[in-house]
Amino acid sequence: MYSVNTSPLLSAQNLCRYYTVRPHAFAATTTLKALDGANFELRAGSTLAVVGESGCGKSTMARLITMIEPPTSGQLSVHGTDIVNATAVARRELRRHVQIVFQDPYGSLNPRKKVGAILEEPLRINTNMSRQERRDAAHDMLQRVGLRREHYVRFPHMFSGGQRQRIAIARALMLKPSIVVADEPVSALDVSIQAQVLNLLMDLQDEFELAYVFISHGLSVVEHIAAEVMVMYLGRPIEQGAKRLIFDSPRHPYTRALLAATPFVDPQRRAHRIVLKGELPSPLSPPAGCAFHTRCPHATALCEAERPALRLLQGRSVACHHAESI
Amino acid sequence: MSETAQRLAELELAQAPPHPLREFWNYFSQNRGAVVGLAFVVLVLTVALFAGVIAPHEPNEQYRDHFLVPPVWEDGGSWEFILGTDAVGRDIFSRILYGARYSLVIGFIVVALSLTVGIALGLLAAFFRGTFEALVMRAMDIMLSMPSLLLAVVIVAILGPGLFNAMLAIAVTYLPHLVRLTRAAAITELSKDYVVASKVSGAGMPRLMVITVLPNCLAPLIVQATLSFSNAILDAAALGFLGLGAQPPTPEWGTMLAEAREFVLRAWWVVTFPGVAILLTVLALNLFGDGLRDALDPKLKR
Repeated sequence: MYSVNTSPLLSAQNLCRYYTVRPHAFAATTTLKALDGANFELRAGSTLAVVGESGCGKSTMARLITMIEPPTSGQLSVHGTDIVNATAVARRELRRHVQIVFQDPYGSLNPRKKVGAILEEPLRINTNMSRQERRDAAHDMLQRVGLRREHYVRFPHMFSGGQRQRIAIARALMLKPSIVVADEPVSALDVSIQAQVLNLLMDLQDEFELAYVFISHGLSVVEHIAAEVMVMYLGRPIEQGAKRLIFDSPRHPYTRALLAATPFVDPQRRAHRIVLKGELPSPLSPPAGCAFHTRCPHATALCEAERPALRLLQGRSVACHHAESI
Repeated sequence: MSETAQRLAELELAQAPPHPLREFWNYFSQNRGAVVGLAFVVLVLTVALFAGVIAPHEPNEQYRDHFLVPPVWEDGGSWEFILGTDAVGRDIFSRILYGARYSLVIGFIVVALSLTVGIALGLLAAFFRGTFEALVMRAMDIMLSMPSLLLAVVIVAILGPGLFNAMLAIAVTYLPHLVRLTRAAAITELSKDYVVASKVSGAGMPRLMVITVLPNCLAPLIVQATLSFSNAILDAAALGFLGLGAQPPTPEWGTMLAEAREFVLRAWWVVTFPGVAILLTVLALNLFGDGLRDALDPKLKR
């Protein structure tokens, strides 16, 4: 249904989200730039992976895309409609098209509700379907995510983590959204279950022509599912491009460090470890110049003085002064 | 799914924890005091419901030949008045049975009133952080800074004495605890992902409050409600004793105590039995409430 439509489902221009925070009771308020200028486009059936350490702004991005929070500045359009300036009614309508799957399947399901009620809630709120129609839809969705009809009457605490995540995915799909934000959907799961859930996500993507924004803190998970990868550091994208390019020839030193930290089974692919020195700087006072220069093995005086802009290099965007030489 | 995987899933579900209600009873029944408390509460409830059938006399009927008759096991006692009669010849046993009705109704209405208003204010304070929250919570702090019985006396003094006004006053003094409890529980729940998921599904504020968040805040509220129930009976008795609650000749336990004050030395049974009735009922409710808290609090579970 969306295949004819080649315009992007989701697009962001210079998307920013700042928070005003007061570090302690007697301090002056400062601005925390959780997300500072992200650009991307997402088409039906495609997956954008957002990768970075905790605190790099990837979950903030999820909250903006799902319209839980408004962006501070920048543009975000869903189905070609700018959601920042949209009316409340239009935004409510757009909400149906963007759903989310959370990291922790133990916190994301209401413990007092049966699976059936959890799955039907989006339908109750957004459609006029009859009780029977809703029940049929829930039964149908349970089977699609690899669960059984009997699970309809059970409570979340009766399921394992993987099964719960399947329920969470089923709930996200109940409204037939076109975009699903998956906020680290497998990082709370056992490794053996991770693959099952990833496969399920990919099967569902084919079946419903879903576009995923797949948020992850490691690159290994992303390699299976992503079409495009965006690596973030302290609220800014630092390298962005097609998956193969990023995996095969990373140009940013941070991307390289992330890739080197990714465990591979194949010994041929194991690069020598790049161990980053130091801690992630506080996002409250990011380093001047290139935010990564405090930990970068290739940093020069230029990196400390001037922040590199994202620029096109060998088919991907990268924000590094020395991307060509390293 | 392959057959083995299916069987594995089957097995996993077979080992799934038991039904919440059954699990609750397992924990609850381990506490013997709580079970005894529950049994006594059920007894009081039965007595209150069937007072008209069980009681040998009308609660307000005066037997003018039988003033201050001692209970049956004392010299001069008779089976006609098992626990004796009071100064105007009314059967104390019957009055205590009828009094159970008042006590339960008082407990119930006070808890219902303070719970409704307390939950509403607490939820609103949790959802509308900022000025509204500050206003509500500071008002509750002010109420907490006064001794609750004194506050109740002041409210009754303004509204005028009477059983209903006394209940209203007691309900007001219980508000702060419930508001605080509800707000704290709701704020904890609000930070969880399932609430965000509801929001993303398009749930509006009322739905989030009542259907999503409230059921998950109920455990501590249920406990507080049971404990308030016994306190309400006690406070209503205190107000009755001060002449601000139920007015004579209502067979309310506290009022009965107040009427019998002058006979403490001459006829001990007139004060003792209503007092024992209050003591046992409140004790039973507290034991039950404690058991409920232990059974519902996951931190105390082994």
